[in-house]
Amino acid sequence: MFQFESLSDFIQMGGHGTYVWAAYLISLLVLIGLVVSPLLRRRKLVQEVIRQQRREAARQKNSDTAQTAP
Amino acid sequence: MGGGFSAILQRDLLLAFRHRGEIANPVIFFFIVVTLIPLGLTPEASRLAEIAPGILWVMALLASLLSVEGLFQSDYRDGTLEQLLITPQPLYLMVLAKVLAHWLITGLPLTLLAPVLGMMLSLPTAGYLPLVLSLLMGTAVLSLIGAIGAGLTVALRKGGLLLSLIVMPLYMPVLIFGASTVQRAVDGFPVDGPLAVMGALLAFSLLISPFATAGALRVSMHG
Amino acid sequence: MWQWFHRLGSPRWFYNTSGKWLPWLSVLAAILLSLGVVWGLGFAPQDAKQGNSFRIIYIHVPASFLALAGYYVMAISGAVGLIWKMKLADMVMKSAAPIGAVLTFVALVTGAIWGKPTWGTYWVWDARITSMLVLFFLYLGVIALQYSYTSQDAASKASAVLSLVGMVNIPIIYKSVDWWYTLHQPATIRLTEAPSMHPDMFHPLLVMILGFYCFYAVALILNTRVEILYRERRTRWVQDMVLETPVSEIREGQN
Repeated sequence: MFQFESLSDFIQMGGHGTYVWAAYLISLLVLIGLVVSPLLRRRKLVQEVIRQQRREAARQKNSDTAQTAP
Repeated sequence: MGGGFSAILQRDLLLAFRHRGEIANPVIFFFIVVTLIPLGLTPEASRLAEIAPGILWVMALLASLLSVEGLFQSDYRDGTLEQLLITPQPLYLMVLAKVLAHWLITGLPLTLLAPVLGMMLSLPTAGYLPLVLSLLMGTAVLSLIGAIGAGLTVALRKGGLLLSLIVMPLYMPVLIFGASTVQRAVDGFPVDGPLAVMGALLAFSLLISPFATAGALRVSMHG
Repeated sequence: MWQWFHRLGSPRWFYNTSGKWLPWLSVLAAILLSLGVVWGLGFAPQDAKQGNSFRIIYIHVPASFLALAGYYVMAISGAVGLIWKMKLADMVMKSAAPIGAVLTFVALVTGAIWGKPTWGTYWVWDARITSMLVLFFLYLGVIALQYSYTSQDAASKASAVLSLVGMVNIPIIYKSVDWWYTLHQPATIRLTEAPSMHPDMFHPLLVMILGFYCFYAVALILNTRVEILYRERRTRWVQDMVLETPVSEIREGQN
């Protein structure tokens, strides 16, 4: 059974609304941060590996053309 | 087996005796900081007496923390530590000898000086004996725990601050029981309970700490 | 048995297997957490003494549980890494440290916010809060030590030793803080009294605790997977896997 009569009642929480909502909001943000930060790190890492691969591929190609040119 | 133990103990005590100035440092630190308390707080005897047990214990803890940083440092720099690790002697006893030497040159003087400082902070008469007894055991526990941190940070260039971060949380039980031993004595309660716990902490850390320190030193030296 | 153990030690095997579990676990965590939050915020009856502020319990208690459990996860995987030289265990330990510290921080902050309407002040030297603070310091020590070594191997071993020492000390610290607290404050309101809790209040708490455990597993797996990728970035399998990543990610990589 829902404990509050109206939405504004729910938000006010009998005068304790600020504390309750602040606690939940801060926790939510922090927990989201915990999940997002490894995802961001992962993306950066993948991009870096790809860049590395490209550079190596380009170097390979250069040395190939250098050998055949003269 | 005992030969290595006493050889290291003698060597460390001799080295300490040759650098007498360095032994005096923690003691002087303890003395000066306690002098700051009446200046910063109040010279009123009754209020000083109220906080004296806690202040004396916190300061002893800080003094011990300050000195434990150097426990393995000079040995690390001149290569003695490397030699110690490859000797066939059990590292456990070596570490124990070094910690014992460290306690004899810092913990013991702090303990002996504490009643004088207690007097300056107008500690009530009932507190002196418990203060000395609790510090006698407590500083030994502090040296033992501090040795673990010193072992972990000896190879790092800026180990000092890190050492305090690592070691201070582990110091807290000692502080709690040490300070409340004195406080209870001042308030007229029996102190055998907290003193017994302090003894248990000492026995436990004697058992565990040299072992952990030996592991820490191996990590520091060989990665 | 031993074969299984060795396979578990292979980062690549863990990476592939955890990739299969991860979606299910994330969905489970999301369902449990949202169910628990809605139930706890809207449907659980309010506390007779503390009113609606007690609803913070549904975050505070699970976070404190996980903060402590996370330390054991960290210390035990550190021990496994130290004894069996298992690389995966080292990575789990390294990933567990910041997650545990963050959860400890959540427990501290929610405890402080809860303290304001209950005690009229944000910070009280309550036994539970004080031990949480000490736990937070223990985590910070492990993290700081981890990052101050240049060699990854030495860093893992050193922080494993430290977290084991911390694990041995945690019961002692908790007991002594409890004893210290009863000495100074004989009887005040405790934040939570779990055994006397009404079932209507307790069930959402249970859901939240389960949800936090699932969430912890998700966060730990995510962090460990990144750590695996980072440390194995020069190996064949990582290079091949990166080649198969969706084009969109590669496009963004060019910028």
